[in-house]
Formats: sequence, structure tokens, C-alpha cells
Amino acid sequence: MLFAYIGISVLWIFLFCYIIIASIDFGAGFFTLHAKITKQDKKINHLIARYLNPVWEVTNVFFVFFFVGMVGFFPDTAMYFGTVLLLPASIALILLTIRGAFYAFENYGPDTKLPWLAMYGIAGLLIPASLATTLTISEGGYITGTENNLDLNWTELLLSPYSWSVVFLAIISVLYISSGFLTYYASKAKDKPAYNLLRYWFLIWGPPMIAISLFVFLSLRLQNEAHFINAVSNYWWMFLLSFVCFVGAMVLTLMKKGHGYAFILVILQMGFAFFGYGASKLPYLLYPFIRIDEHVVNSSMAIALIIVFILGLLLLIPSLILLLRLFVFDKKYVEGKK
Amino acid sequence: MSQINKKGDIMDSVELARFLTAMTLAVHIIFATIGVGMPVMFAIAEFIGIKKNNPIYTTLAKRWSKGYTITVAVGVVTGTIIGLQLSLLWPTFMQMGGHVIALPLFMETFAFFFEAIFLSIYLYTWDRFKGKWTHFLISIPVIIGGSFSAFFITAVNSFMNTPAGFEMKHGKMVNVEPLAAMFNDSFLIRSFHVVATAFMTMAFVLAAIAAFKLLKNKFKKDTEYHMKALKLTMILGVIFTLGSMLAGDLSAKFLHQEQPEKLAAYEWHFESESNADLVLFGSLDEKTQEVSGAIKIPGLLSFLADNSTKTEVKGLNEFPKELHPPMIVHYYFDLMVSMGVFCLVISGLFILTLIFKKLRKLTFSKPMLYGALLTGPAAMLAIEFGWFLTEQGRQPWMVRGYLKVADAATQAGGLTLVTILFGLLYFVLLFTSAYVLIRMFKEKPAYKDVESIAKERGDT
Repeated sequence: MLFAYIGISVLWIFLFCYIIIASIDFGAGFFTLHAKITKQDKKINHLIARYLNPVWEVTNVFFVFFFVGMVGFFPDTAMYFGTVLLLPASIALILLTIRGAFYAFENYGPDTKLPWLAMYGIAGLLIPASLATTLTISEGGYITGTENNLDLNWTELLLSPYSWSVVFLAIISVLYISSGFLTYYASKAKDKPAYNLLRYWFLIWGPPMIAISLFVFLSLRLQNEAHFINAVSNYWWMFLLSFVCFVGAMVLTLMKKGHGYAFILVILQMGFAFFGYGASKLPYLLYPFIRIDEHVVNSSMAIALIIVFILGLLLLIPSLILLLRLFVFDKKYVEGKK
Repeated sequence: MSQINKKGDIMDSVELARFLTAMTLAVHIIFATIGVGMPVMFAIAEFIGIKKNNPIYTTLAKRWSKGYTITVAVGVVTGTIIGLQLSLLWPTFMQMGGHVIALPLFMETFAFFFEAIFLSIYLYTWDRFKGKWTHFLISIPVIIGGSFSAFFITAVNSFMNTPAGFEMKHGKMVNVEPLAAMFNDSFLIRSFHVVATAFMTMAFVLAAIAAFKLLKNKFKKDTEYHMKALKLTMILGVIFTLGSMLAGDLSAKFLHQEQPEKLAAYEWHFESESNADLVLFGSLDEKTQEVSGAIKIPGLLSFLADNSTKTEVKGLNEFPKELHPPMIVHYYFDLMVSMGVFCLVISGLFILTLIFKKLRKLTFSKPMLYGALLTGPAAMLAIEFGWFLTEQGRQPWMVRGYLKVADAATQAGGLTLVTILFGLLYFVLLFTSAYVLIRMFKEKPAYKDVESIAKERGDT
């Protein structure tokens, strides 16, 4: 039991890190494309490239870590999710590949090509949408058949208001988080034109993001009522705090100050919502097939994984700090003097 | 494991899942091999560059690592694909064995993480540190991360060949011992083989590029640069080839002990006998078990298996027919070994011309350059043949002795569509990455880079 909760906490934290870092990454790709098409690329592309080039690969590892850890701690998820997600996950993989490979070809290659930029910019926006399908399916109601012959009910999935609202939420959150971070990065770089553009985007994407979040919340009631009731009665305060953080981030950005704090508020806003959603979902990982307490890995492997995890973090955290100090918190690098 | 739903299309889904997995691995292994080998190469070049204070070697390191940004990106994305496909295509396997191999899988991710962080730092900090050794030191965690991720992922594959660290009860793997599963019998030998051949292949791929440039000789001023590159890569190539051959020899001895049916299939060896022949190429009549047109070297198989021609090597007929691996693996084996020997011969000759003054004029002669040009593709093909060999040699098992491939494939619909989509994707990826890499260096002579580095140092 204890191992199950340690395991899911670790994985949920990693998934959250992935969501934040990948959103910055994917959103930035889309903004680059948008700026290029609207001929504003001179304003911001240099700034985005300075941040993205060194970190995109690390982003991808957070995702790998999540699904490897998921199968490690909860091997039965491989059976259920693996079977029903064949098509959606393959599409996500293909998008991830296009995004990663063409990003590298475009940015490290000898010259730039608009079609390549378009491929990775658009793929970046579709990835969160396709990955979000997994969360939709985990609410239950889309899997038919018995243990030996599972299948995904596509009509149900494609016609469900819940699944579509999750997809839209994923896309808009990406643009929101990304513009939030880049506004902060631009203000640090003292890059006025980029700052103005990104701040404008951040303010544009905020309100629809909150509106869709509410819609998702309400349609969850239709999809999985037990989950909805648990969220409303036991974790309402987390969603309330999330909203407070959102208001704070918006106000700071409107007042053009404290962009660092504003971005921290964005992270907190996402964090409260994400962990509130996760906590209220338990004990089910996949409703109604997989319960966290019944399908956890055997204890000897769980102990081994936790030991490796702690040792791994001892190695990774200092390395990540070094990376951030060199490329994100190094004033001269950010301003483009190095 | 009678979970199979007899729909009639079941064979198709097993074959498709096998085909898609093979295709993904065949693409990934190219980039994974470069991923493991390349950091060693640019670290050595940078080390020599600092030590000898010669900007040519520093330029080598810079240009190699620049090309590496492209291959590493493709390696990362195809690696992500194979990681998830394991659960998507073989869910039964992951449900049955996922909790036994979780440790090395998890550790591989950490090693990969570590490598990714330091690689980013390495690639973007060429001019940022004051001490000239600082930047070189960053390559060490990259090498460690790359090699260890190869180690751990090979541990997963070794588990499938020589499962250990669990007990079987009612069709389930229980009483798991994580360390025993990870350090299974074949783990050390196979990891050694994987890492050594990756280093070897990378050395020859870079040698082939240098030879190609010398043959074309588009920029006269670059000649010295490419000559130095060829010398360095050939010397490293011969060392790593010897390491790979040692690893290969250990593998053969290991198979003789632990997986005799695999070794027997490699050599079309049907009857158990001592003084067993090594069979090179030829063709097989599977019904009569007769081999024709092959070159047979008496006693060599026994010698390879146990250092003595008297050793009895088990024949395939001692195993039930349905457990025989496909006979095609014999050709993979022959091809892999011949490619390896070819690389050793070329690099060996090259080294001889360096040692003996009388032969010195042959070092950069046309035939030698053409030979060197071929070592790159040969080594890469040897990697592909080697993986086909070991993977098909394990058939029909997924986890040898416990789970058959036919029982492990996914039952989900849409597999055909997915296979076609990935096939297209890999085609585009291979084509585009080759295109980008060629464009990257085509019109960019190296001597300009050398001059600019020399200028920065204040040499001129």
C-alpha cells in the first residue's frame, strides 16, 4: 500500500514536470511558427532558440521516465493501456518523433525551411491533445470487452464532450504556460519587442483556458460521477487555490511587474489543479479495471525502484541545477552576450 | 498462456507486431550505436587537441559533435518509440515480466537523463569556460551516461534470453529478486559486446567519412585535417575491433554453455558431435538437413565453443522441432563475422603502414582509402546483422523457456495502419537526417574552422 502511494506520487510529480516543461517547449515551437508566418520572427525567434536549443532533449526524458516508471510500479497498466492505446499512443509517438526530429533538423541543420518549422510547430500542439486522450480513457467508459479481449470504443470517444473538452484544454494550456514562461524570459533578457508580443499572448490565452477548465470539470460529472463528487467534496480547496493563483498571475502581468513571481503562480495554478485532479481520481488508475492498491508491483522490486530513484535524484538534481544555471539563470547568456 | 482469442487473424497480428518491432529496432540501432560511440570519439579528439595544443583535433571534436546533434535527436525519438511500443505491441509480456525487468528499465532512463543533461551542456558551452580542461571534463558524464544506458537496456534484452530472478507459479512470475533478474547470466558478456561494437562502429563510420573526403579532395587545404582524422579513427578502430572480437568469442562460449540451440542454429549444426565443423555460408536443405556449397573448417566450432577441438557441441536435433530458431540466422552470423574480419584486416593493414617506414607511402594510397571507405558501412551492417541474429536466434521464445512470441502480441485492432504509418515515418526520418547531415558539411571546409580556433587561441 505504502509503495503504491510513493510510486504514484513520484510518477505524478514527474508527469507534472513534463507537462510544465513540455508545454513551454511545444508552445514555443508554435509561437515560432506563428511569428514566422506573421513576419514577426525577427522579434522573438532568437530569444526562443536561446532557451530551447539546450533543453529540449531533457524535456523528452521526463516523458520516458513517466511511462517507464508507470509500467515498473504498476505492471498491469501495460496490459490495459498498452492494448487500448495502440492507435492513440502510436499517433502521439509519431507526432513526438516529428516534433523532436524536425526541431533538430530545423535548428541545428545548415539552413531553415518553413515546411519543417510548420511540421514541428503544429506537431507540438497536437501532442498534448493526443496524450490527453490517455487521461480521458482512464476515467472509464471507453473500454469494451473482457480482460482477454480489450478494445477501445472509438465512437464513444469521438462523440464525447468530455474527451473534446480535455483536448482543447490541453492545447490552450500549452499556449498559456508557454507564453507565461517566455514573457518572464523576455523580461529578463530585456528584449522589449519579444516581451510585448509574449505578454500580449499570455493575456489572450488566460481567460479561455479558465473557461475550458470549468467546462472540463462539469463534463467530468457526466463521465465519472464518483470522481467528480470526490473532487468537489474533498478537494474543492485545491481548485479554489488554483483559481486564486491564476488571478494573481494575470494581475501581475497586467501590471507589468514581477514576471518571475507570475510564472511561479502559473506553476502553482497548474499544480493545484493537476494534483487535485490526481488525488480525487484515486484509488483508480484506470476506472474500473486498475486500482492503485491492488495492482502495485511486488515489494522487493518496489524497494529497489525507490532506492534507485533516490540515488538517481541525488545525481540528477545537481546536474539539472547546473543546466539551469548555465542557460536559464545565467544573466549574460539570457541577454545573448555569451 | 491460453489467452489467445482464436479469431483466425491472430497469426497476422503476431507477424505484424514482430515486423513493426523489428523495423523500429533496425532504425533505432543505427542511431543508438552512434549515440554510444560518438561521445567517446569526440572526447578523445578534444583530449588530444588540448594535450598537443593542436587546433585540428579540437576542430574534429567540434565538427563531430555538431553532426552528432542531428543523430542524437533521431536516436532520442526512436528510443522513445521503442520504449512505448514494448507495452503497445507486447502487453502480455509487460504484464508478465514488466515487474521483473523494471529495475534496469528504470536505471536506463536515469542514465539517459544524465547523458541528456551533460550533452546539452557540452554542446553549448564550447566558449564558456576559462580553463580549457573544464569543457573536456563535461564529456565524461556524457560517455558514462551513454555507455550505461546501453548496459542497462542490454540487461533487459539479456533477461529475455536468460531469464533469472523469479519463480513461476500458476503462470505468473513471483518472488522477484530485482538484482538477480538484472545481473542475469548473459548480461555482462552481452553488454560488453554491445558497447565494444558501438565504439568500433563509430570509429569506422568516421574513418569512412575521412576517407571519402580524401578521395574527393574538394578542398586542398583540408587534406591534413582529414588525414589526421583517418589516422586517429583507424588506430581507435583496430583497438575497438580487437575488443569486439574478444567479446564475440566470449559470447560464443557463453552460448555453448547456456543457449546451445542458438549456437547450433547459427552453424546449422544438427547432430551433437565433438570436433564440430564451422560452416561458412552455403545453402541448406531443411528436410534432409544437408548443407551444400559451404566452406567447412573442421573442428573450429568446437574450438570456438570451448577452446578445444575435442569438445562436444550439442546439435539442433536434441531440441524439439518447434523450438528451433529460423535457419536464416546462419547467414546473419556469417555476414556479421565477415564484416568484422574485413574491418580488422583494413585497419590492421593501415596500422602496419604506419609502423613500417617502407610501407608509409601506402598509408593514404587509393586502395587503402577505398578500403577505409567501406569499413563504415561494413561495421554498421555488422551491427544490424548481429541484432537480427540474436533476436531471431531466440525464436520462438519471447522470454526463453517461459513466454512464446505468439502468445505475447497485442490483440488490438488497427495494427496494420500503425505499421504503415511507422514505416512511412522511418523512411522520412532516415532520408531527411541523411540529407541534413550531408548538407551540414558539404560546403563547409574544415580548414576555416581550424583557422578560427587557432585565431581564438592567439596562435597566429
